Amino acid sequence: MAHTKTPSAFQNPLIRWVDDRLPIFTMISKEYGVFPTPRNFNYLWNFGALALVMLVIMIITGIFLAMQYTPNADLAFDSVDRITRDVNGGWLLRTLHANGSSMFFMVVYIHIFRGMYYGSYKRPRELLWLFGAAIYLLMMATAFLGYTLPWGQMSFWGATVITNFFTALPFVGKAITTWLWGGFAVANPTLNRFFALHYLLPFVIAAVVFLHVWALHVTGSNNPLGIEPKSDKDTLPFHPYYTMKDLFGMSVFFIIYAAVVFYIPDYLGDADNYVKANPLVTPSSIEPEWYFLPFYAILRSVPDKLFGVLLMGGAVVMIFLMPWLDTSKVRSAKFRPWFQWCFWFFVADALLLGLVGSKHPEGIWILLGRVGTIYYFGFFLILLPLLGWFEKTLPLPASISESVLGGGKLAGSAIAAKPMEKA
Amino acid sequence: MVDATHHGAGPSGDGQTRREFLYLAAGAIGAVGAAGVAWTLVDSMNPATDTLALSTIDVNLAPIAEGMGIVTMWQGKPVFVRHRTADEIKAAVDVKLTDLIDPSAPATDESRVKKSPWLILIGICTHLGCIPLGNKPSDMRGEWGGYLCPCHGSQYDTSGRVRHGPAPLNLAIPPYNYTSDTVVRIG
Repeated sequence: MAHTKTPSAFQNPLIRWVDDRLPIFTMISKEYGVFPTPRNFNYLWNFGALALVMLVIMIITGIFLAMQYTPNADLAFDSVDRITRDVNGGWLLRTLHANGSSMFFMVVYIHIFRGMYYGSYKRPRELLWLFGAAIYLLMMATAFLGYTLPWGQMSFWGATVITNFFTALPFVGKAITTWLWGGFAVANPTLNRFFALHYLLPFVIAAVVFLHVWALHVTGSNNPLGIEPKSDKDTLPFHPYYTMKDLFGMSVFFIIYAAVVFYIPDYLGDADNYVKANPLVTPSSIEPEWYFLPFYAILRSVPDKLFGVLLMGGAVVMIFLMPWLDTSKVRSAKFRPWFQWCFWFFVADALLLGLVGSKHPEGIWILLGRVGTIYYFGFFLILLPLLGWFEKTLPLPASISESVLGGGKLAGSAIAAKPMEKA
Repeated sequence: MVDATHHGAGPSGDGQTRREFLYLAAGAIGAVGAAGVAWTLVDSMNPATDTLALSTIDVNLAPIAEGMGIVTMWQGKPVFVRHRTADEIKAAVDVKLTDLIDPSAPATDESRVKKSPWLILIGICTHLGCIPLGNKPSDMRGEWGGYLCPCHGSQYDTSGRVRHGPAPLNLAIPPYNYTSDTVVRIG
């Protein structure tokens, strides 16, 4: 951002020529080459990069699928079938894209839980967190729109149920829903606009990712200790240390992704979606993709329509409010013994709600759904604010390097002299 | 040069007032123009005239035996036409309005049915838009013998009134009238 007139530090004349006119190489070097990064990242810090990789994969496979797909209610289902059977490599593109959404959400959920555990949402990273939450919200919208496109039974009825959320709004609900549909039910106009928006939103996500990363490079990364780097000893240049670590994590991730794509490509899907959409028959059980199940469980745990929809929306709002609900000054859960328990209960609660969301709402599942919903909101609205007051946190280390390099036992001067040998 | 001002302020004051006025006027015109264009974009997503064109369908009631129901499409929505049995009609008529979740009119069986035994409803659950089961005698019909929504478990009685949540409203009734004893025109 600085408009310096200093000549480029690059030797290659072509790079130098460009860099003198638009210092893009200087920027890359500053932000991804020498960028000072805490030296103590664990593998959970791979997941931001993995999420970016997934966004790129989804956009590329999606563009090529769009070249073969027909967004028309009469033709869509068969065009997807044709992609799978007749288009060269279409089966692979489609499986990569369909399972890619699951992998993307898996990665992003781990990324979010990592941020929660290590307090990455706290000052000064609140805006960074808000951009992240916005990306998550946009991802949910994009995934929902995309799931409609194959125009199977679950596509059609999923779209019907989700758009009907808006009918819960007083006065304007009906008009908004008709506007969303472009008719009086989910039909061809709905499919057309869903396709247009499904193509648009990933690029909006990419723009917010840019802001997310920009904000990250202003504040710098959080780290497992949750304390700020104090000197050069606490950091490493991003390249080669974390480029390599990210690439290694990516290789492992690709093995898992490939295993799903090649061995169990339909495991996460719903058999009903291989039946063409029929506006006259609702499938005997409607359930969303796994990544929406906890929210679906919250919706169903309330017998009142408007309150159920509001509570489900509120569950996402909680994530946005987290920086202001958590009153503790200490970031990392490593030094917050009570928060640690609350956090792991929260993870278990999210998994429980996911399970509840996949079951018919009857018997014990109704009770479990309600208990899970109460803990979900209790975690954000009661535990997070109160823990900051009552929790006795553990003493923080003096610095990252002291903690990582075995600090107390060695003489401080020895560490200062040769930090790299211990890394 | 005559400045459009009545204040006796100095030259710079005049210019300011006039400039502020121009800013405001230009901004207001621009905002109205932008809103007009934006409304065109938003309104383009509302139902088009061909979608809106009110279509009507005629349903022949003669082949529908007692206890049976058929589903037909009107404006993209499923419409239930059900030939109720005497027991079902009695159950619907005997219900007290105070027992209903949605007692707003039309709530009595007489007001919901133009000609007994024919029950004609829009077959869309008022919760989140699924199609309730129960129009076919072989379907599950729930505790009140009417309709049962498979999505979130709402139940309706034999007059299409909601009896068990989460649905908040009774099943809607489409506009219809009888063109003969055995033909009903919906729409």
